[in-house]
Amino acid sequence: MTRSVYLDYNATAPLRPAAFEAMHAALLETGNPSSVHRFGRLARRRVEEARASVAALVGARSAQIVFTSGGTEANNLALAQPAARVLISAIEHDSVRAAAPTAIAIPVDRAGVVDLDALDRLLASETGPALVAVMLVNNETGAIQPVADVARLARARGARIHCDAVQAVGRLAVDFTALGIHTMAISAHKIGGPQGVGALVVDDEVALSAMLRGGGQERGLRAGTENVAGIAGFGAAARMALAELSDMPAVAKMRDALEGRLDAAATVLGREAPRVANTSCIAMPGVAAETQVMAFDLAGVAISAGAACSSGKVRVSHVLQAMGAGELAGEAIRVSLGCETTQADIDRFVETWTALWARLGARVAAAASGVGAAPAA
Amino acid sequence: MSTVLPTAATNGGADLRNAPTKSVYLDYQATTPLDPRVLDAMMPYFTEKFGNPHSRNHPYGWEAEEAVEKAREQVAELIHADPREIVFTSGATESNNLAIAGVARFYKDRKNHIVTAVTEHKCVLDTCRHLEQEGFEVTYLPVKSDGLIDLEALKQAITAKTALVSIMGVNNEIGVIQPLAEIGAVCRAARVLFHTDCAQAFGKIPLDVEAMKIDLMSISGHKIYGPKGVGALYVRRKPRVRLVPLIHGGGQERGMRSGTLPTPLCVGLGEAAAIAKREMAAEAERLTGLRDRFYRKITERLPEVYLNGDLGHRIPGNLNLSFAYVEGEGLMMGIKDLSVSSGSACTSASLEPSYVLRALGVTEDLAHTSLRIGFGRFTTETEVEYAADRIVEAVQKLRDLSPLWEMAQEGIDIKSIKWAAH
Repeated sequence: MTRSVYLDYNATAPLRPAAFEAMHAALLETGNPSSVHRFGRLARRRVEEARASVAALVGARSAQIVFTSGGTEANNLALAQPAARVLISAIEHDSVRAAAPTAIAIPVDRAGVVDLDALDRLLASETGPALVAVMLVNNETGAIQPVADVARLARARGARIHCDAVQAVGRLAVDFTALGIHTMAISAHKIGGPQGVGALVVDDEVALSAMLRGGGQERGLRAGTENVAGIAGFGAAARMALAELSDMPAVAKMRDALEGRLDAAATVLGREAPRVANTSCIAMPGVAAETQVMAFDLAGVAISAGAACSSGKVRVSHVLQAMGAGELAGEAIRVSLGCETTQADIDRFVETWTALWARLGARVAAAASGVGAAPAA
Repeated sequence: MSTVLPTAATNGGADLRNAPTKSVYLDYQATTPLDPRVLDAMMPYFTEKFGNPHSRNHPYGWEAEEAVEKAREQVAELIHADPREIVFTSGATESNNLAIAGVARFYKDRKNHIVTAVTEHKCVLDTCRHLEQEGFEVTYLPVKSDGLIDLEALKQAITAKTALVSIMGVNNEIGVIQPLAEIGAVCRAARVLFHTDCAQAFGKIPLDVEAMKIDLMSISGHKIYGPKGVGALYVRRKPRVRLVPLIHGGGQERGMRSGTLPTPLCVGLGEAAAIAKREMAAEAERLTGLRDRFYRKITERLPEVYLNGDLGHRIPGNLNLSFAYVEGEGLMMGIKDLSVSSGSACTSASLEPSYVLRALGVTEDLAHTSLRIGFGRFTTETEVEYAADRIVEAVQKLRDLSPLWEMAQEGIDIKSIKWAAH
């Protein structure tokens, strides 16, 4: 199996060595953090050290961190809170969309950025306590959302604001307090921590009610024996991610160079928006995303079409549709870089893309414009 | 005395003031050490095989998915289930929440009643209490003084409105095994779904979802030498059990539980289950031997020691003993180099007497002096001997200082004394 190029960091990032070491150490220790004996107290200390590191990464205090089994659970916990109505952006992750099936969608512009005027109109149109959910960074396009502005509008109308920051943490400096939001979901495995761990950051003024009930762990907000090793890994990854934020401009440069080397026919969706450094959503006109993904796989390049979620069915992205991408929505792939991505990886991607375009795309485009090229196979 | 627990060395550098340099771990119902073989199985999925098992577009994802599916089979095999009936969760607490709330909410238009027992784990009881607030009715069955439920009482409790019976396989504090096959038969005859919290039973005693007519079963990883942060819920397919998910999103786990699956943790749970399947019988025999030896040593040397919960219907690795005429906190202080529990791990930080022991009819005084002693895979004979000696010494010392013990020795019935107010 060829496995040289991994460009799917938004699906999951490789475990950082520091996180692995922290987990390995914790896995060799026995103890339930709720036990009062020495084994329990050691486990408790691992959890609390990690809590401080995670809090530091997102500009929160330790007491505001509630560990969960991941970003999906954190989003669900935030959205399980009672609200008369829920407003979510049209580009939210499935874990927000599915947790709020009756929510009203807040539209986004063509660049994939939430429309603040529309949000304000929606907030004003009805009364009753609302819950607004807008993600900090979109997982497919990398577009950064004006969450601080969203929070200001929401608070002015007495609404609560939740932010899915899963794809933002480690890619840009996140300051929970400065954003002015009530709750924020984060995930470990997107920043080089382990899968199976995340957290909900909860502002002091929020009286959160638990979704998982039982032994009273996490101050009664999330029952279940703590995933000590996973949490320790999250803590270590958070420390590394904080230190590596300064590498992001270099990643952005690499990503921009990648985009610049593609044929002019390529459309980078969300390019006009402020974006995080590592993500590029690239449409190849006339070529189904699924076809592209298979071709990249054969070439040993791991990328994805939209989000890596369930079924394996490639659905047309709701994010790109909400942006009004039309046909291109079914023809876009997502490339996401990490700090370990090399120039050789980028070259390999560009070569593969260019060869594929030459083989399929150019012919499709020519056929469509009727300039007499051979019909596409 | 040497501690053979594989973790002792890594605890050595910890800054745990006032703690002995070594401690004997006898709290296997709170959590178990990770089996080194389980760790070996997990390792590759932390490092080179790091894919998201839901990424369908590249080999990183496929490899992870294959590993998760193998683990699913290993878990299913231990309870005679189909792999498609196993839903991975973050642990038994989530499994219990999902099973009980999920089933109750799905069937709520037709049925609104749940039957459970007063000695269930807190996460079952808390979920039931919350469902009461949502309008469901819950019957909390009492238990007999041996800790087992009364099957007649169960039959009486079931009504036409009953959607679910939830009775644990093995109690976390007293280790007693409920008659699952009999409960299953009662439920099936009454056309009521049967959920069982088997966090303490899975991997310890033989379980068979067909023979026991179990519809939903909660499973934990870290109670069977697997990792924390992973568990499973068995959900019967034929006839199909339906439930409303707790966690919505990408639609993983056939829509019953969304969220990226933690591949190494799933692999760890699977490997732990596979090891349990191979070694359960021999391990049960060894642990029964250790436990009986410990129990004999204590009771031969100490009078007025009470076993909580039936001995015959009990997992091999558990004892729960009350020591009359000592003071609970004093006893814990006296055995600081033994890591045991004075109650369920989840509530042991509180000084409330155990609700499980109270449900058996154990008096508050005795409940306060009870110890849960958990033996497991890495417990040695030396440790058991040492622990028994330490407990005997501590109890004797405390009793020597106790005027109540002195009076009891002189034949005075303490309960008959009328204390003067000061």
